[in-house]
Amino acid sequence: MLNVDDIRKDFPILSRKVNGKPLVYFDNAATSQTPQQVIDAIVDYYSNYNANIHRGVHTISQEATDLYEQSRQKIQAHFNAKHAHEIIFTSGTTHGINLIANGFSSILKKGDDIIVSALEHHSNIVPWQMLCERTGATLKVIPMNDAGELVMSEYETLLSEHTKLVFVNHISNALGTINPIEYIIEKAHQVGAAVLIDGAQACPHLKPDVQALDVDFYVASAHKMCGPTGIGMLYGKEAWLNKLPPYQGGGEMIAEVTFEKTTYADLPHKFEAGTPNIAGGIVFGTAIDYMNTIGLDAIATYEGELLEYATAKLLDIEGLKIYGTSKHKTSVLSFNLDGIHPYDVGSILDKLGIAVRTGHHCAQPIMDYYKIPGTIRASFAFYNTKEEIDALVEGVKKAKMMLS
Amino acid sequence: MTIEDIQNDIIDEFSMFDDWEERYQYMIDLGKELPLIDDQYKTESNIIKGCQSKVWVHAEMKDDKLEFTADSDAIITKGIIAILIRAFSNQHPKDIIDADTSFIDKIGLKEHLSPTRANGLVSMVKQLKMYAIAYQTQLN
Repeated sequence: MLNVDDIRKDFPILSRKVNGKPLVYFDNAATSQTPQQVIDAIVDYYSNYNANIHRGVHTISQEATDLYEQSRQKIQAHFNAKHAHEIIFTSGTTHGINLIANGFSSILKKGDDIIVSALEHHSNIVPWQMLCERTGATLKVIPMNDAGELVMSEYETLLSEHTKLVFVNHISNALGTINPIEYIIEKAHQVGAAVLIDGAQACPHLKPDVQALDVDFYVASAHKMCGPTGIGMLYGKEAWLNKLPPYQGGGEMIAEVTFEKTTYADLPHKFEAGTPNIAGGIVFGTAIDYMNTIGLDAIATYEGELLEYATAKLLDIEGLKIYGTSKHKTSVLSFNLDGIHPYDVGSILDKLGIAVRTGHHCAQPIMDYYKIPGTIRASFAFYNTKEEIDALVEGVKKAKMMLS
Repeated sequence: MTIEDIQNDIIDEFSMFDDWEERYQYMIDLGKELPLIDDQYKTESNIIKGCQSKVWVHAEMKDDKLEFTADSDAIITKGIIAILIRAFSNQHPKDIIDADTSFIDKIGLKEHLSPTRANGLVSMVKQLKMYAIAYQTQLN
């Protein structure tokens, strides 16, 4: 059992006020809040270990390098990767996706297919469109149904020997749907295609086992898992990472340089050009420790209760419609009030100290499917409470009264 | 009335509200009241796309004054448009170019004109000024 009162004490921001009201933070799908343990680790790094890594012979450079590499091992253990060098530090999920898209530009040719899902975030659509433009490959889309689920029978018809890459998010950011990635990966492998899973929305709620999934690439961001912004990770199977060309040139990624030829460094450094976000990399490990101390299973159970409670309470409001009604979803509620623009509701909730996201959530194709300009999205984390959900429900009722 | 006089009137009106709720309710009522633009002008070329809400703006010269009509799909945005139009419409292009927009801060609606709000209003204010510059160039 998770003790939410104790947990809330770890998050200093949760005690601040917004517009004179206690903050109710329900924009966790955009970014999670940061516990004191992570804040302290950032301060500790800059107070005691700040040095460039992997190059210095001096003590603090060695210490910083050790901390950075220990964090990589923590991430490896968390995701159950076979090797630490299969974990590449990135600036975040988008960087990881672009790194893979760039790598595949040397593999794909005209006549090849890439399959993407209708539930993708823009960052998971645009790089592939650019890749298709460069290579002449074709982009195909797995359609969604009214519940906000991917239609697996359609997916199977899209797969063929031409399919080279499939990329799907583990969990939809706009609707919270948990996609059947085990099945998606298995089917893709049957035709010899590689699979990239965007785990940005999944990692705050569950613990993916990349070996059990047999996934080729998995990407995530620390800032959605109680870590800082500007740091993320890409997991790739060793064989794939060896096959792909480097993404950026620079320091750290080379073994030997002459003007005739450069030999690239071994994994993971081949993909980590330049001085990385060292503090970010180190405290990514602290954030993972923090989440594991609470326990991802306990988090999932508690967030499931919040979701159930909020769904029932919100549906009591006449004229409120929830988008994304899959049985398999995380604690994300996307909704609208009949005839009222989400921007207006979001503006009033803000005045009440309630932080939600409004708009198309960088997933316009989903909004086009439902023929709406956007939604109000409340996304819950393990430090949220039922009392805060009551405040949201009252706020939505007030907005409805003012705007009707 | 000059733009400044109108703006001062608006500031006076808003100073009578005790809290944000009254202020917002007033804006919502303004937003509900009027169809602000003729349907024929709600075209793709007149649209300003914000990430959140859409804004349409149309401008035409009547005698030597510039008249604006506009609309939005969100009602609070529409209320703010009504206030902006009250301040800037039916004025000489030169006066519109020179006009200050800080009165929006003074009536407690600053957050809606923040570039991060992405509701199209920041671009709308720019657009009003652009129209004024364009028509002023014609007059010269």
